Amino acid sequence: MTALQARFGAAIGWLLPVVILLIWEALSRAGIITENVLPAPTEVFAAFLRVLKSGDLARNIGVSAWRALTGLAIGGSIGFALGLANGLSLLSRNLTDTTLQMVRNIPHLALIPLVILWFGIDEGAKLFLVALGVFFPIYVNTLLGIQTVDPQLIEMGRTYGMDRRALFLRVILPGALPSIFVGLRYALGIMWLTLIVAETISASSGLGYMAMQAREFLMIDVVVLSILIYALLGKLADSFVRVLERLCLQWHPAFQKTAQQPART
Amino acid sequence: MPKPQLRSVDSAPISAPPAFSFQSVSRHFGEKSVLSNIDLTVPQGQFVAIIGKSGCGKSTLLRLLAGLDQPDGGQITRAPVQPGQSSIRIMFQEPRLLPWARVVDNVAVGLTGLASRSEAKARAHDLLEKVGLSDRDGEWPSVLSGGQRQRVALARALIGQPSVLALDEPLGALDALTRIEMQHLLSRIWQTQGFTAVLVTHDVAEAVILADRVIVLDAGKVALDLAIPLPRPRRHGHPDLAVYEQKILAQLFGEDGAQA
Repeated sequence: MTALQARFGAAIGWLLPVVILLIWEALSRAGIITENVLPAPTEVFAAFLRVLKSGDLARNIGVSAWRALTGLAIGGSIGFALGLANGLSLLSRNLTDTTLQMVRNIPHLALIPLVILWFGIDEGAKLFLVALGVFFPIYVNTLLGIQTVDPQLIEMGRTYGMDRRALFLRVILPGALPSIFVGLRYALGIMWLTLIVAETISASSGLGYMAMQAREFLMIDVVVLSILIYALLGKLADSFVRVLERLCLQWHPAFQKTAQQPART
Repeated sequence: MPKPQLRSVDSAPISAPPAFSFQSVSRHFGEKSVLSNIDLTVPQGQFVAIIGKSGCGKSTLLRLLAGLDQPDGGQITRAPVQPGQSSIRIMFQEPRLLPWARVVDNVAVGLTGLASRSEAKARAHDLLEKVGLSDRDGEWPSVLSGGQRQRVALARALIGQPSVLALDEPLGALDALTRIEMQHLLSRIWQTQGFTAVLVTHDVAEAVILADRVIVLDAGKVALDLAIPLPRPRRHGHPDLAVYEQKILAQLFGEDGAQA
């Protein structure tokens, strides 16, 4: 595959969204979609320029991104640490896994009323919900990744005299990494979802707040803009993890170039 | 680091001190006795093949030798090793390479705790050259063929200059032609390196072409201990080999089976 083809292959994914935008614009101009249902893309773009100029957009994206990443860092690191602990220690697993599985089955968004009672509409509420939401996919997949590391490789490591530390760093962690990445990608989806809901229900800043406020003033173009920005941010986060995956999992046949098919002799 | 030396045509001298010895070693799993009262002494530098039907205890014997399992009775003594040298290395039927480590790093795993990382890498490169993979050291294991992966595993096992190399049917999963190639490689490396080799196999022809001595295990006991004093290199299909193959097959299946 040439570089040009590769670039074209990556760009082709954007073809469909552009076509949809063009059709949308055409339908709006023809009056088939009325303005109070869905404003034309050009109007949404005008709204984008407006909120960009006023500084609202940058501030709200900044606030939302900070909440999302802080929540991810807190929930993700606790999930990762517990996943490691429970994957490596039977005692730890016996002690905590049952409890965690019970808590996992509560939809975390069902806690919103309780969370509002606890934290009000402060930052704490949003961080708590995001952290709780991202905790489980990362915990479950880290645990699964460690449990499914090939026991033959662990035995090999032991026969070659690896101590516990070397065994963990050179065999167990790299073996669990593909699964941990799956967890991270799930977690990113849940991260945005949770944040949107939390900001829509109770917030005084952030993208969700911007959308709700626009709704109150019937600024439907800003509402649509907020939704589009969520879509873009979600895509951005996913792309970031893909790049990270490609860097960390170069060894994995799924991430190798097609030219490097296993040679059979 | 001992200088590699070419062996004489004949097998290792009988007077060599023992590399390891089993004294009335037993191992049972629950009610089932897998090995009973095994006595076996192998002099340093000898190439021993252990052969037997499935479930005869040959892999258990190897795991006991490698210290992956403990005997229920009896004693296993191993010759002391020099510092910087590994005592025993085991090569499995599967290559068991780390998929996330490049070929050269996989070989360097064999020097865990024996040498620094940079020294391990340099020596890994030398070993890869010996197994004929000097140009593949930057590859991921997933792009190698089955035979190449086993050669990497062999390099990893040998890099620590083990006094004993235990081979648990390492060629069993390879196709017939790759297998013959690997037998030649193994034989050549053994002749230059001076380690004691213990090969567990179910292939009589392989045992006879490689070993100085063939042990036939049956129902957890040594049923036959046969010396193969043939000159090397040995060729597949040589009539002298066939004589020994017949003897072993006769032991495994009775006279009738050998005739058939």
